[in-house]
Amino acid sequence: MSEFNFELTKEIELLRLVTVGSVDDGKSTLIGRLLVDTKGAFEDQLMAVRKKKGLTHVSSAAEIDLAMLTDGLSAEREQGITIDVAYRYFATPKRKFIMADCPGHEQYTRNMVTGSSTANAAIILVDARHGVLPQTKRHTHILGLLGMPHLIVAINKMDLADYDEATFERIKADMKDYCAKQGVKDLICIPMSALTGDMVTVRGDKMDWYKGDTLLETLESMSVLDDLDQKAFRMPVQLVNRPQTADLPDYRGFMGTIASGTVKVGDALMAVPSGKTSTVKDIVTFDGKLEEAFALQSITLTLNDEIDVSRGDMLIHDGEAIETKKMLTANMCWIGDEALENRNKYIIKHASSELKVMVDHIDYKTDIHTLNHESSDRLEMNDIGQVTFKLQQPLIFDTYADNRTTGSFIVIDSFTNNTVGAGMIV
Amino acid sequence: MSQHKLTQLKALEAESIHIIREVVAQFRNPVMLYSVGKDSSVLVHLARKAFYPAPLPFSLLHVDTGYKFKEMYKFRDDFCEEIGADLIVRSNEDAIAKGMNPKEFGVARCCGALKTKGLLDALEEGGYDAAFGGARRDEERSRAKERVFSMRDEFGQWDPKNQRPELWSLYNGRIHDGESVRVFPISNWTEMDIWSYIRDEAIPIVPLYFAKERPMIERGNMLIPYYEANKDQLLEGEKPTMVMSRFRTLGCSPCTGAVRSDATNMDEIVIEAAASRRSERETRIIDHGSNSMEDKKKEGYF
Repeated sequence: MSEFNFELTKEIELLRLVTVGSVDDGKSTLIGRLLVDTKGAFEDQLMAVRKKKGLTHVSSAAEIDLAMLTDGLSAEREQGITIDVAYRYFATPKRKFIMADCPGHEQYTRNMVTGSSTANAAIILVDARHGVLPQTKRHTHILGLLGMPHLIVAINKMDLADYDEATFERIKADMKDYCAKQGVKDLICIPMSALTGDMVTVRGDKMDWYKGDTLLETLESMSVLDDLDQKAFRMPVQLVNRPQTADLPDYRGFMGTIASGTVKVGDALMAVPSGKTSTVKDIVTFDGKLEEAFALQSITLTLNDEIDVSRGDMLIHDGEAIETKKMLTANMCWIGDEALENRNKYIIKHASSELKVMVDHIDYKTDIHTLNHESSDRLEMNDIGQVTFKLQQPLIFDTYADNRTTGSFIVIDSFTNNTVGAGMIV
Repeated sequence: MSQHKLTQLKALEAESIHIIREVVAQFRNPVMLYSVGKDSSVLVHLARKAFYPAPLPFSLLHVDTGYKFKEMYKFRDDFCEEIGADLIVRSNEDAIAKGMNPKEFGVARCCGALKTKGLLDALEEGGYDAAFGGARRDEERSRAKERVFSMRDEFGQWDPKNQRPELWSLYNGRIHDGESVRVFPISNWTEMDIWSYIRDEAIPIVPLYFAKERPMIERGNMLIPYYEANKDQLLEGEKPTMVMSRFRTLGCSPCTGAVRSDATNMDEIVIEAAASRRSERETRIIDHGSNSMEDKKKEGYF
């Protein structure tokens, strides 16, 4: 215990993950393996879901009923199904992980889209005996739409496929071929057995032919920010801080989370859509002023001129060519009970702004089985398609491929207030 | 490739600040639940960071059961005064006047009256449309499925099967009159993150979290704190002994157990948390009925 390294805890980064797969592909076992081997689940929690009541100690994923650990709601345990996305947490000395566990059957589109929207990497499970199934392709297609930066294909159950290299290579080639068409940026294939643990957290001695990293090594070393700090500066203004107290009578701070890029003291900024410009006076935080701030930091900016900026505006670097638009086309995942139809009106929430929109037309609906585009006048729950909206007021946005924060939006039903759609701008 | 690096605690901090600011932007009358525990200490610290240099734009609400440890009351009052927070304290006075206690009425009834009803009444009285809480998803399995913005109907109740999907960092806070939202900005923090952050940021916490010799009743695996008002807790044949111990979580004194520990400072607590193989909720009696947390949450408990 004395060797605990406090400096190390200040070095580790956060990786957000999503696991997708269908029933029986070993997803629960894989999650159990990761949680047990990294000590991400506590002993009293594991003991409560052990398979044999006589066990006094739980040492492997095979000894626990993982579904019982992950199915948190009584309705799930009663019906024996997983209804909702669950979030799991584990850490290694190198990194902390937040894993969204998406149920593989009912409403998988809705759950997958939700769990994947914040993830930097997805783990998709393939059973080595069955290879790439139509379901694998559907999941990969959705992950491609969601712009998943890293896709890890866990070719699982290698223990039931004689740890055969040719089997692994064949599935890997199939996935590479398919992913090339789906806009997947980074594909990594790893052979493993979640049951025995080989190539999950340890190498084992059965697959010496595989020279790549284990799953855990891969997760520990992949880029977290990617190139988010290298992109154009975007800061949606969440709030304007005007304390108007005795010591801060004229203070006006613009608060927000930097969606991409960096900002420095003295930078010339423009507020859009107003087009008003000024320069950065201070980058204010509770811990002191910064010279520079970068993507994903939550900060407050003060400017050298009094310009009108409010919630819903976006701060960008002055001189960048960007135009406001009154139409918007997006890949949509529909998650509402009531279908999206032509001329329906909704509210969309994009960055820090909310505005009214109308469906101008549905470009196409994607057949989730064949992935062919077909014409349609509606999108039902769990449907995917491309939709063009007419906007009530002009909006500044990026494409989702360029920027996941300023290129995404949710659709809200103004009658029920429910979130009914997820949009990725093309 | 990126040239900047956001450490994991700073990434969690930025996410929490974003959520706290979003609530102030979207709601008319938010309030922050303050339970005096370590998670509350972190939550308040994050809120101060979110609005710096301005003061907190909402009040802190402590729903007091009257059963908190005396060290908690002293800490609460000192801490709120030091940071200049507006503290509101509310209790279910009726139930307290009738002598509600866990021993005679049972833990479930006592919690229902003093915590859940106390909370719902206080929220209604204040007319709050959003209430921040310090619950974390790693604490308990029904909490693992709760949203950051968790909708409550007019009765303050949670419907786990009908939750809004939460995508990207876009939080839908639109509600109808009478409805409200419970917001959990530290959903993605683990117990280890909380202790590490308290250490790194030197956040003040109740001294009960640090180990010292305390009078305890040793019952099975449980360490039950012993003090004057708690005398009738002693069962036949039991007597209090001094045990080097501390609390991993703090609730009501009759229902919160301690753990054996020598951790007297933050470094030692972090090391102990890193090595711990048992969950912190193990010392909270409330969690151990069948399905109890989910049921209580449906009724309006945090």
